[in-house]
Amino acid sequence: MTTQTAPPAGAVPPPGAPPSDVPARARPRRRSPLRGRSALGWAYAMPTAVFVGLFFVVPVALVFQMSASDWPLLAGNRGVNLPENFVDVLDNKYFVPSIVFTLKYTVITTVLLLGLGLGLAMLVQESSRWKGFLRTAILVPSALGLASASLLFYALYSPQSGPISPLLGRGDDPVSFLGSPTAALWSTVFLVVWRYAGFYMLLLLVGLQGIPGDVYEAARMDGAKPWQVFSRITMPLLRPSLAMCTILCVTGSILAFDQFYILTKGGPDNSTITVVQLIYTMAFGGQNDLGRAAALSIIVLGALIFINAGQLLGMRKTDEK
Amino acid sequence: MSTTRRNSRSLRPVAGLLAAGLLLGTVAACGDDDTAQGATNGSVEGVDDGTTLTLWTRAPMEKQATLLVDAYNATHENQVKLTITPNDDYVAKVGAAAGSDSLPDLFAADIVYVPSWTSQGLYTDISDRIEALPFADDIAQGHVEAGTYDGDEYILPFVLDLSVMFYNKDLYREAGLDPEAGPTTLEEYAEQAKAIQALDKDGVSGTFFGGNCGGCTLFTWFPSVWAGGEEVMNAEGTESLLDGPVAQDVYAVYKDLVDSGTAGPGTKDETGATWTGPFQEGKIGVMAYPATLLSTAAETVDVGVVPIPGPDGGESTFVGGDGIGISKDAKNADAAWNFMSWLMSEDAQVEVLAKNNDVVSRTDLANNEYAAKDPRLVTINEVAGKGKTPVSVNFQEAFNASDSPWLTLVRDAVFGDGTNVESDNAEITAVLDQ
Repeated sequence: MTTQTAPPAGAVPPPGAPPSDVPARARPRRRSPLRGRSALGWAYAMPTAVFVGLFFVVPVALVFQMSASDWPLLAGNRGVNLPENFVDVLDNKYFVPSIVFTLKYTVITTVLLLGLGLGLAMLVQESSRWKGFLRTAILVPSALGLASASLLFYALYSPQSGPISPLLGRGDDPVSFLGSPTAALWSTVFLVVWRYAGFYMLLLLVGLQGIPGDVYEAARMDGAKPWQVFSRITMPLLRPSLAMCTILCVTGSILAFDQFYILTKGGPDNSTITVVQLIYTMAFGGQNDLGRAAALSIIVLGALIFINAGQLLGMRKTDEK
Repeated sequence: MSTTRRNSRSLRPVAGLLAAGLLLGTVAACGDDDTAQGATNGSVEGVDDGTTLTLWTRAPMEKQATLLVDAYNATHENQVKLTITPNDDYVAKVGAAAGSDSLPDLFAADIVYVPSWTSQGLYTDISDRIEALPFADDIAQGHVEAGTYDGDEYILPFVLDLSVMFYNKDLYREAGLDPEAGPTTLEEYAEQAKAIQALDKDGVSGTFFGGNCGGCTLFTWFPSVWAGGEEVMNAEGTESLLDGPVAQDVYAVYKDLVDSGTAGPGTKDETGATWTGPFQEGKIGVMAYPATLLSTAAETVDVGVVPIPGPDGGESTFVGGDGIGISKDAKNADAAWNFMSWLMSEDAQVEVLAKNNDVVSRTDLANNEYAAKDPRLVTINEVAGKGKTPVSVNFQEAFNASDSPWLTLVRDAVFGDGTNVESDNAEITAVLDQ
């Protein structure tokens, strides 16, 4: 191999010749131009590859290892514990309730956020006079971190010091925003809708503006009614944006944590425990068992891959139609 | 010339990798060093040679920790760097550091977690050092016992936090109650709370407690059970005894306060983040409260202090707060011990803690000049000797966790119909005994 590709001795410049970059450049090119190029390509890709490897592949591999090990939080790895971690997770009394609650929450927020996002996007696209003001007003909550927004609502909802409760109820019988399972769920949904509606509005607005104006013009000239324009033109042409928003929203809602951790801590009476919160509780909230928490993380990861794959597949199929 | 440029460019990533490798090598070397230290025994007071020490604690102890560290740094060559973490994140932070062998030199722990943490080897054995202290027998025994594992001692008290009854003297005067006489039984507590409620003042309630907070309720209700002559767990900490007749009486008193509307708005939802707030704002008549917050509450409220009574009298307290120890990863155990031994000295206990209205950790210093000036501190220091610290390896999961069976019991007993106490108690035992 080497003898074939190595340059003949005669190709080396005579010792007296001035050192120039010509032979240095020519040598690899003559040897194998493709290999040199692909090496360069690898070099360009290397920084990203290193980052992905270091901050994504390695942690995921570590979670896989944890899920297969007996790994108490404070004591570290204590050897293989393979089926037990997963069996313990499935046996946990909050496993099924947390999945049911997470799915319920996901359906509610996805329907509300996408519906409201689309409505707001069409509103701020149509109205001309208040456009700038409206867009800003709706988008501003998105500039707030979710944890900060949750803390803000924690204070607003507080029956002791919050301003809303006394307005709605009488002194002796204050309105309790987080006191019952239903109230806690809807109070949290309200916070999330407030925080994210502007974000989805923006995404869908971009999609709306990507629909060429002449399509609408043609429809109007054909005498289409507003409802027909919406259902036959806007919706089909908006599908890629809607699909992306659905994937974002479903994934985000299944991974919900901050808002419940701050507002409800899974209460009242363990009625608002999400799957990620259960992972946190297993790891840091008493059981202090990283192995079990990692096992549940793996289950959630698998479920998410499955759901996202299904969504992407569904998208592709409708595209082909 | 361009050849050299090419070379240097292609060498750069290699150099980077080499540097990374060197870094990794040093980290690994540090890790190896740690195991070798901690065995050497310095003098009784440890070493004060200008070492920089790191100390971690959680936010509820911020006031005391800051005062202590400032006083130590001002008088010693060693300098302590204090890191304060929010209460709810502290276990996660310590856990992550323990897993990567990067614990600070000294770290405090909620005393109820100490049995679990010592059993997992997070602290260095300091039995010999403690025994060498001339006042070893006068150190708060609840903390020392909680920090004893397999006969070895790992922990000294950092800040004692006791639960006591606080009442608002101004509201007592308004309601025609004696401002110098707080409740001596739980029945009286309920009567006085209802009298405050009967004032019907806007925003003012008779009493308050963290109804959705396992840690708050155990801290304030266990003393009533002890005062009534019952235990909350067996001696091994493997069986819950929270369904006894006295415990049932305690739940009944609190249930009555909730049902009669005497407990303030938000009692049922309070997860513990703001459970001490309403009293400081002067909105609550009487409630069980952490003694460490006396000086804070006294800024805004004329506070009266009495011990937490049982249903028919008696008194007790939860000896909580934080214990402190030298971590397994401490780089300089002798210097770290210097801080710990100073912490137990009269300078720290009297001139820092007692001077700032805090409880001392040494019984022989309970009657100091500062405590004598304030009868409330005398009350707190006296009841400290009658209190208890429950010990169980699975305490956090059984009682403090947000999904703990104890919290389920509390909510069933006080906000529900109160018929599930036996089965809920069995659930606590199931967690304690795993």
